[in-house]
Amino acid sequence: MMASSYNAKEDDGHPSVATGHGGAGTVKNKKPDNTAFKQQRLPAWQPILTAGTVLPAFFVIGLIFIPIGIGLFVTSNNIKEFEIDYTGVDISSPCFNCSQNYIWNSTTPCTCTLPFKLEQPFESNVFMYYGLSNFYQNHRRYVKSRDDSQLNGDQTSLKNPSKECEPYRTSDNRPIAPCGAIANSLFNDTLELFYIDPNGSKNAIPLVKKGIAWWTDKNVKFRNPGGNDNLTVVFKDTSKPVNWRKPVYELDPLDSGNNGFINEDFIVWMRTAALPTFRKLYRIIQKKTNNMTPTLPRGDYILEVTYNYPVRSFEGRKRMILSTISWMGGKNPFLGIAYITVGSVCFFLGIVLLIIHHKYGNRNNSADIPN
Amino acid sequence: MEQIHWVRHRCRRLASSRSVRGFYSAPSSQHSERSPELHSTQQLSGKRRTVVARHGPRQHEYHSVSKGCQGNSIRTTKYSLLTFIPMNLFQQFHRLANLYFLFLVMLNWVPVVEAFQKEITMIPLVVVLIIIAIKDALEDYRRYRFDRRINNNIATVYSGKYQRYVDQHWKDVCVGDFVRLSFNEIIPADMLLLYSSDPHGVCYIETANLDGETNLKQRQVVRDLPQQGSEFTPENFHSHIECESPNNDLIRFRGYMEHPNKKRVGLHNNNLLLRSCTIRNTETVIGIVVYAGHETKAMMNNSGPRYKRSKLERRLNVDVLWSVVLLVIMCLTGAVGHALWLWNLKDALFQIPDTVSPALAGFYMFWTMIIVLQVLIPISLYVSIEVVKLCQIFFIQNDKDFYDENLDSRIECRALNITEDLGQIQYVFSDKTGTLTENKMVFCRCTIAGVEYPHEENARRLEVYEQEEVEAVDRSHTLKSHTSAKSLSCKSLSCNRSSVSLHTLTGDAEDEEAPSPNVLPHNAFSSPMEKDVVPDPLLLQKLNCLYSPLFLLRDASLELTYIVDFFMALAICNTVVVSSPNQPRYVVKVPEVSPTKLKSLDDIKMLFQRFGLPRFSTLSPAQATESSHSFTRSLFARGKAPSFNLSPTPVDKGTVAGGEPGAQAITSIKPGLNVARGEHGDQGYEEEDDEEDERRQDVNGVEDNVVILNSGALTGLDNSNKAPGSPGEPSEDELIYEAESPDEAALVHAARVYGCTLRGRSVDHLLVELPGMGSLPVRLLHILPFDSTRKRMSVVVRHPLTNQVVVYTKGADSVIMDLAKSAEGADQSDYMQGHIREQTQKHLDSYAREGLRTLCIAKKVLEENEYESWLKHHVFAETSIENREELLLESALKLETNITLLGATGIVDRLQEEVPETIEALQKAGVKVWVLTGDKQETAINIACACKLLRSTDQLLTANCGSKEMCKALIFELRKEVERRELECGEANEGTSGFTLVVDGRTLEFALEDDLKDGFLELSRRCRAVICCRSTPLQKSQVVRLVQDQLRVMTLAIGDGANDVSMIQVADVGIGISGQEGMQAVMSSDFAISRFKHLRKLLLVHGHWCYTRLANMILYFFYKNVMYVNLLFWYQFFCGFSGSVMSNSWVLIFFNLLFTSTPPLIYGILDKDVSAETLMMLPELYISGQNSKAYLPSTFWLTMLDAFYQSLVCFFIPYFAYAGSDADLLSFGSPVNASALFIILIHQVIESHTLTWLHALVLVGSALFYFSFTLVFSVVCVTCSPPTNPLGVDTLQMSQPLFYGVCALTTVLALLPRLLFHALHNSISPSDTLRATLMEQVNPKEYCRRMQNWNQDQSKAKSLVVPVEDSALTVPD
Repeated sequence: MMASSYNAKEDDGHPSVATGHGGAGTVKNKKPDNTAFKQQRLPAWQPILTAGTVLPAFFVIGLIFIPIGIGLFVTSNNIKEFEIDYTGVDISSPCFNCSQNYIWNSTTPCTCTLPFKLEQPFESNVFMYYGLSNFYQNHRRYVKSRDDSQLNGDQTSLKNPSKECEPYRTSDNRPIAPCGAIANSLFNDTLELFYIDPNGSKNAIPLVKKGIAWWTDKNVKFRNPGGNDNLTVVFKDTSKPVNWRKPVYELDPLDSGNNGFINEDFIVWMRTAALPTFRKLYRIIQKKTNNMTPTLPRGDYILEVTYNYPVRSFEGRKRMILSTISWMGGKNPFLGIAYITVGSVCFFLGIVLLIIHHKYGNRNNSADIPN
Repeated sequence: MEQIHWVRHRCRRLASSRSVRGFYSAPSSQHSERSPELHSTQQLSGKRRTVVARHGPRQHEYHSVSKGCQGNSIRTTKYSLLTFIPMNLFQQFHRLANLYFLFLVMLNWVPVVEAFQKEITMIPLVVVLIIIAIKDALEDYRRYRFDRRINNNIATVYSGKYQRYVDQHWKDVCVGDFVRLSFNEIIPADMLLLYSSDPHGVCYIETANLDGETNLKQRQVVRDLPQQGSEFTPENFHSHIECESPNNDLIRFRGYMEHPNKKRVGLHNNNLLLRSCTIRNTETVIGIVVYAGHETKAMMNNSGPRYKRSKLERRLNVDVLWSVVLLVIMCLTGAVGHALWLWNLKDALFQIPDTVSPALAGFYMFWTMIIVLQVLIPISLYVSIEVVKLCQIFFIQNDKDFYDENLDSRIECRALNITEDLGQIQYVFSDKTGTLTENKMVFCRCTIAGVEYPHEENARRLEVYEQEEVEAVDRSHTLKSHTSAKSLSCKSLSCNRSSVSLHTLTGDAEDEEAPSPNVLPHNAFSSPMEKDVVPDPLLLQKLNCLYSPLFLLRDASLELTYIVDFFMALAICNTVVVSSPNQPRYVVKVPEVSPTKLKSLDDIKMLFQRFGLPRFSTLSPAQATESSHSFTRSLFARGKAPSFNLSPTPVDKGTVAGGEPGAQAITSIKPGLNVARGEHGDQGYEEEDDEEDERRQDVNGVEDNVVILNSGALTGLDNSNKAPGSPGEPSEDELIYEAESPDEAALVHAARVYGCTLRGRSVDHLLVELPGMGSLPVRLLHILPFDSTRKRMSVVVRHPLTNQVVVYTKGADSVIMDLAKSAEGADQSDYMQGHIREQTQKHLDSYAREGLRTLCIAKKVLEENEYESWLKHHVFAETSIENREELLLESALKLETNITLLGATGIVDRLQEEVPETIEALQKAGVKVWVLTGDKQETAINIACACKLLRSTDQLLTANCGSKEMCKALIFELRKEVERRELECGEANEGTSGFTLVVDGRTLEFALEDDLKDGFLELSRRCRAVICCRSTPLQKSQVVRLVQDQLRVMTLAIGDGANDVSMIQVADVGIGISGQEGMQAVMSSDFAISRFKHLRKLLLVHGHWCYTRLANMILYFFYKNVMYVNLLFWYQFFCGFSGSVMSNSWVLIFFNLLFTSTPPLIYGILDKDVSAETLMMLPELYISGQNSKAYLPSTFWLTMLDAFYQSLVCFFIPYFAYAGSDADLLSFGSPVNASALFIILIHQVIESHTLTWLHALVLVGSALFYFSFTLVFSVVCVTCSPPTNPLGVDTLQMSQPLFYGVCALTTVLALLPRLLFHALHNSISPSDTLRATLMEQVNPKEYCRRMQNWNQDQSKAKSLVVPVEDSALTVPD
């Protein structure tokens, strides 16, 4: 490059300009390379979207989507689901009393019993959920109000929880474990299910509490602070969340693998729901070992609720849901219907395009007369 | 040189100044108007600068005087190592976009509004800052290294300590230092030239580093230096220098040098050696530094790159504002929603207890929402646009169609950010000379003393050349012979160069040795076509009479006087520099004549011998001598009418056989001599007598000698005339003329053919060979350089034969004719003049009709006293510091009056290749082409016809008027006329009529005034083309500005010369043609091309592509951002407007920054809606860009609507699919994000016109990147990203069929409308562009057929509405 040119050219950052005069310095001339890339002649596919080219796509989409939709719809319809609201809004509701006189720290639990009837038997594993409505677990500040390090068993975080947990960070000058609003508002109703035999006897249905949390949560994300198997010692210097009746190490005193931070009910609660109406897995009713009888036969049942969780103040609702699941998850006819609709629409549009193609397509191909 | 600089200077002033009106008025007022501006800048640092020698005798003063002066070290870097980070950040935060980022980051630090983790919002900002900082740092480092190299260059500086010159680094040179430079060295600082080894006190510099001009400029030693002549001794330098404070005016330097005896000498630009120029052809020069380092003119001219804002960007900014409005609306919705939601909420379990009232919480929420929805403002768009434009420029620069073999040059893109403007041009303003034409001037014909010499042979020759070119005969070998001669001269220069200290030189050397056929120097103007003029036989015959005394018998001597004077003027009235290949340039020495007057006897003897000898053989010696040179004297005495009859001495010997007219001619010997005697005094007279005797003896003595001499060619150089200092005998053909403008070169070459050869030039002498008289030294008294006000240049010389002071003037015909008119009188010569003028005017008109460029030649003989009084004024003007320009102009005007018209020349300037095709294509493309030229009307019209700007069917409207009222009436009338015709044709489409308006400069001046410009504009808008002739640079720019501002259209100005600079700078897009006239146009342009024809591809193909690409990319960016951000917005309705997001915040930030940023770039760089061939063949496709079809407000809002729809689909299908389920926040977000990604990517596929493997790579790569990132993140991120910890979420989601079911449905449904819209639109009413694309896809044969059909249809449509053409050009919607 020509040097010493303190002119505007140099400053533009155009080396090509600076070499433009006087001498290129080399024998090589400045003829641009004749490559496909530099001359913008890369082989390319030119998708031109006309009725003619697009209509096969529409038919194909229609033909694929409609069967999928039907499949989804059928699958969804095969799922058995039962839902019962036990908030106790109505005076007639058995839980009305419990919902009325609510105190967080009441020592005498209020229980209510709700009878219900399953019209159809539930085959295979049945999942028992509790559902909350109008409960904004996705509120920004609520979502933030936790300390993942603490829940991961980090000792320093245990002693000194994240600021995000405020105002549920400390109580009585001791760090709260687990800290934060999410943990503080842990769902604490107890649900029990009884099958009323045709002969009138009341059989408790075994509810499995293992496996309701995600494997990764249970095994990776949530950990009790290490060093000691005795959780009482571990959580010695911490305080329980203010709304809780018992400390975290007493969540499941019977099973050490389900106690403390790795309590599955706790873990499930800590995974905040996306929408204000949500359900959370509570228990699993496992398929009977003999395949003869359904997991939940048709008949009468009783739901016994230890009513602890107040939702009336913000017009929330509580439900108990029993559901089987399929490969598509829970019961949701929407997707099937949507697939069928979209598929049909595509098919219909395909036909419309076909007509248009016949009407205009030829004109475009043969006559080039500009209009 | 001077005139170009002058024009450039004015243009620059014009561009920088807002007061256009000031330049409009008389030149004197311009100067007064701009001087205050100068003074104000000067006053800041003291008005003047005093310089004394650092090591000279006035050393004691030195420190006090040069305190404020800077050293010579330069620093062009913006930052130093320490200040880089703060300074760079400061610089970067001047950008609004970065400030917005910063604002968001800071907002996120406010706890109550915090939306994300603090670090995360910083990422975009940090990424952008780092990228730009790295770029800046690299650039700065490059500058730093460059500075260091420059600063450490070696210069030879006088050291007071050692009392001799020592080597020093450039950076150590100070003001007041004496610097000695040798041949080929680069000047380290602005210095005053004090000594030159050249005996005439001149040196030559090459300013290529400064302005790219490769021709040499002459610089002159400060006059009247006491020690002139001997080697310069710094110790004796007692003078001090007063000069103006440093400024950036390259062409002006004012000051004086005061000698110890209080004598002041004016200093001007000619004494100043500018930094970074190169010394050429001079062994040694010594100068004193006056400005150093950053105060040098070269450095002060160092301006940054051009920055223009394109139309598209202006449009874009409007839409960015709309985005802001949208953002505010969305945030307000969030704020109000949140407040209401809180209002209705009591004692909720999920509520964090605090005392903030709902209203305040809503206010906080507003800001939180701004952080959450920040992506709506497409900030990354600005960075992306820059990247895309850089790549577009890369492609433009690499287009091989823009490569010019002859110049070895590509297109240069000097403005980096207006590529897309090329696709929207509506008006093209073109210069004529050098732009439409070659600017290779070839002397074509001339008229002298009212007689026309048609030069038919010459015309035939030109045709042959033309044919050759048409047949694509490679001219390169003819050029090669020329360039080899040239490089030879360079080699001879380089072999005796002593110190090769600078890189430039090595560069040069390489170039010289490389036998590259492609190196054609810009300023040579001497291709064989221009050089070889075939003389007109008649004229040659007449001239030959000079050799044949018999001719004297006829009554044609007066005419012959004119002829010789005419060629003399052609040869000397210019600034051409002569060199020959065997010698270092310019050292063709003038015979040793004492610089002042012919004093000694010997000199006179020699002089007489010189023109006396060769003719002896034809006549009897004595008579011949007498008659021939008395005759020649008579020639030059002509015009000094009174002396004709007063010849005091009767002719003693020269009574030639024959009639009286000859005798009459001879009678004028004495007056001529008398004048000389008047000067020389008595002694001179005696000498003369003696000399005459001697001569007679001589004549007798050397008769046989003479015969030998005479056998040489008539035009051959006589040995006896040879200058003693030039041993190498340059053969006749090897003179090389380097001219400023091609006209000059053409004229000099033409004069040479007729034996009037310019042989050499020094500062005060010209060596001219006259027919039959050999080489004569002509004392050059003054050059009054060309300027565009006077439109002429003059030289004042002392005539070698008559010793009279003669002014030769060469200039535009209008001016010269006017000046010549003023001579009034009744005697014979005046009658003659009248006749000549009449005839010349006739010939001029016919020349112009043929499209020739005309120049008039005139002369004036000055009386001694007249000259002296003028000289006094002139010297005063030259030496004055203030108002020098005005005074000089005044002085020139004073001199150039009462001139005698000699004749005129017609120079042909051929059209460049493919100009008609290009203009036709541009017109088809809906671009209006205006030609703005300084040429005369007929010439301009002729050229316009030749380049098909004017068609035979067009109706010509000419506007020439002398007064404003007339102009007003005329414009009105013409408008009426146009309207009437339009009505007749039943077509009122504006601009489609076949009218062409031709306006001359004077009318234009009236038309551009405030009250007339609307009418003028209205008229010109209705015309298909407008030709403005006789327009000044200023008018050119005014016209461009008028059209641009009033009609609100995109304008493009293209030109090659300094006179086009202003218009190039004013227009939206300025294009310079790197042609024959230096680099000014190129330096001020946005794009520099080498041929006019390149404009076609540049606009039709690259312009179209750049525009559509960028417009589509911008729309896509808006779409992408709105679509994605709305997903977050819809979610607010389901989270109590709490500003919660359903995605991991990293994914959220990276979504725009990484996952979806490259595909739009590729789209913006590589997308190609129509192939280049089709675009070239169907210029109509350009119209869509002109009308901004790709990016209309409606398109923007449609895109926004589509984005809204897509985001609704993309949000609500997952919403309904997951409603009521146990899906957690991130599990819900995962399919939403994934489908958004699919939608965005496939949307681009739908929008793309071409897909190459690069597209595929980037699209697939983006998708894979997203998925791999989220998957890996969801595996490894155990406690990171606290509120939205992704651990296990995506792995789980992606293992579920529901996820894919949702994604597929969402993607299809979201894209369905767009797909349908495209299909329907393209089928039912396809755009022209699409139909062209469809045509491409059929087989080649079919393609050709359809292409023909298309074009036929177009022309058919046109012919239907004859003569209103081009109506079919409007795009059917």
